[in-house]
Amino acid sequence: MANKIDAAVAPAAGSPTVWQVARDTFRFILKELKPKGKMLTPFNVITGAIILVGLVLIAIRFAYGLGSVTNLSQNYPWGIWIGFDVVTGVAFAGGAYVLSFVVHILKVKKYEPIVRVTVLNGFLAYVFYAGALLLDLGRPWNVINPIIGNSFGLSSVLFLVAWHFMLYMITEFLEFSPAVAEWLHWPKARRILEGLTTGAVIFGITLSTLHQSGLGALFLLAPTKIHPLWYSHNIPVMFFISSIFAGLSMVMIESTFTHRVFKNRIGHELHEGHGAILLGLAKGAVGALFAYIFVKMIDFVHYKLWTQIASPMGYWYLFELVGFVVLPIALFLTAIRRRSVKLVQFTAFLTAVGVILNRLNVSVIAFKWYETVRYFPSWMEIWVTLAIISMELWVFRWVINRMPVFGTEPAAVEAAAETAEDMEVVRWKASVL
Amino acid sequence: MTISRRNFLKIAGLTGGALVAGGGKPAHAQQTSEGGIEFNGMLIDTTKCIGCRACEEACNEANHLPKPEVSFETESVFDQVRDTTPDAFTVVNRFPNEKDPDKPIFVRKQCMHCNQPACASACLTRAMEKTKEAAVIYHKDRCMGCRYCMVACPFDIPKFEYNSPTPFVWKCIFCNERQMRGEQPACSEACPQGATLFGKKRDLLEIARARIYTEPDKYVHKIYGEHEVGGTGWLYLYGAPAEKLGLKTNLETTPYPELTSGFLYGVPLVFVLWPSLLIGLNYLIKDEKETSHGEQD
Repeated sequence: MANKIDAAVAPAAGSPTVWQVARDTFRFILKELKPKGKMLTPFNVITGAIILVGLVLIAIRFAYGLGSVTNLSQNYPWGIWIGFDVVTGVAFAGGAYVLSFVVHILKVKKYEPIVRVTVLNGFLAYVFYAGALLLDLGRPWNVINPIIGNSFGLSSVLFLVAWHFMLYMITEFLEFSPAVAEWLHWPKARRILEGLTTGAVIFGITLSTLHQSGLGALFLLAPTKIHPLWYSHNIPVMFFISSIFAGLSMVMIESTFTHRVFKNRIGHELHEGHGAILLGLAKGAVGALFAYIFVKMIDFVHYKLWTQIASPMGYWYLFELVGFVVLPIALFLTAIRRRSVKLVQFTAFLTAVGVILNRLNVSVIAFKWYETVRYFPSWMEIWVTLAIISMELWVFRWVINRMPVFGTEPAAVEAAAETAEDMEVVRWKASVL
Repeated sequence: MTISRRNFLKIAGLTGGALVAGGGKPAHAQQTSEGGIEFNGMLIDTTKCIGCRACEEACNEANHLPKPEVSFETESVFDQVRDTTPDAFTVVNRFPNEKDPDKPIFVRKQCMHCNQPACASACLTRAMEKTKEAAVIYHKDRCMGCRYCMVACPFDIPKFEYNSPTPFVWKCIFCNERQMRGEQPACSEACPQGATLFGKKRDLLEIARARIYTEPDKYVHKIYGEHEVGGTGWLYLYGAPAEKLGLKTNLETTPYPELTSGFLYGVPLVFVLWPSLLIGLNYLIKDEKETSHGEQD
């Protein structure tokens, strides 16, 4: 570690060259790549097995085509790799832009301790879940076509979404980069990168507004295929609003678990303010939930949806709306009044389930509900999804255990080099699903 | 040097343009393309079709598709309603005739070549493209296999090769190359009954109307494809209710690109408004915090 500190301090003295700094940084990263703590824990064994088998399945998929591992068909071109991994995963990553707005634009200090971990989560969600899109593409090597400019599909919503995914990943990385600079002991770079944060945040919020709603706008082209209870001209608006409470509830769930799992990594500020932060986030979520139910009510009247209610799909619609939108509103309001952090945590979980349900309804369950042979994901599709989540958790844990994510001082980071309690990670993972 | 810089600027400009403009303007032409060229079309008269499947065979040869397991003369294929596949761009199906049970009705299925195709507006690489002459063609070198065209197509026509590591999306391309050579598509050339008739779409509509007018009892008084999804290049005449012939009857007359154009027009607005409003808000709050801080001191 000593040579590392030298490298960080020395540039001020002007003696070491760029080459020396690069060499020291390289050594430092090599050292950091090694796992910390025990290797053979239940969490590592379980997720390791999931990842290994997942990689085999991915290899089969690329060798023999999508039909070899998925249940996709000519009638159902999009399954859970799109409906869950991308359409739902990106909604849950929405917490990053919401919290960035609150902390960097509205300058609310209270949420500062959790903004880094949220941005990290958002960034990793885009890398892994939007990255999972590459598995679903028939010809993923052509993914650069709309980027490098040999064929711009300007009238395509997907073109917009693809561009925004890419730009937003860069933006999220910029927002998180001060933490990387701290980890690498690059104070100068940190200062420069921190100067870019506000710009990155503003660009990020703009991009998020457009691609969160754009994900919904994709389905505007299927008016006869999506059940009338879920098809609406307002899908883009509803996807945008639901990304707010989806993101916020994921922040609440995530902070509940990281709070237990990464106890030793969390600074004083966050420990003390945790309950107040959760209650505050609940207030934000309940506002977005209200906005959402109002748009749903407009649709209900505009499309005369009561004519559709008395049917199996109608009951399913009510189940989604009452159980996972109306009930969370009531529970959040109760929790806020009683200042019950436990109830906030439970309701966040309920809200997240509701978002999964809604996104799957639009993209998979209510899509071609009239067909006799319906799509149901194969075990391999589900397995690969689990493998992607496991990989993301590994990277998340790796970063948390090394970089100053929870607002702790870089010095404290090196002192606390223990790893997380693994069973807690497993439990968190189960809840994420 | 100058050329490469110009190219760079062009790409950069296009990129910016793409982000700001978002959407291309959908064509509003009905019988003609944007350049004023008369659209080609095809008139399918299901009352003339005898189910000989000569069109299927001609299509198979013209597109160099693999030979099917059962020959084109085998009648048992009619026992179930078939769909097009990556290896069969057109299929003929048999439906019972309620008026005259001895004369079943045969109906072809293939790409309808919409005036404003959903697949082309969905495609982010312009792999699906509407030509000036009417055909919706497929540039396989551009395709990334996302299958959004399949989600978007109101007729469920594009078909994906799920069992290939290097898959493509296949569908009828209206024998575009033959048309470019001045020939008619293989299927209409092969049809012994004139049940598939190639021509300018405007003329075909006249012919279809004339047939309905001269034999009002034989036909349903509607030309399928005249107004569906903003009009299609292929038109159908039929004597039994459309929903009993496998034709989709729940389609609106709105061209599909218009379903997303509202959203896409909003994109540049958000791109202009959000950053300016957010920067303003940021300054406003920063200013206020500094002032109140100063007063406390």
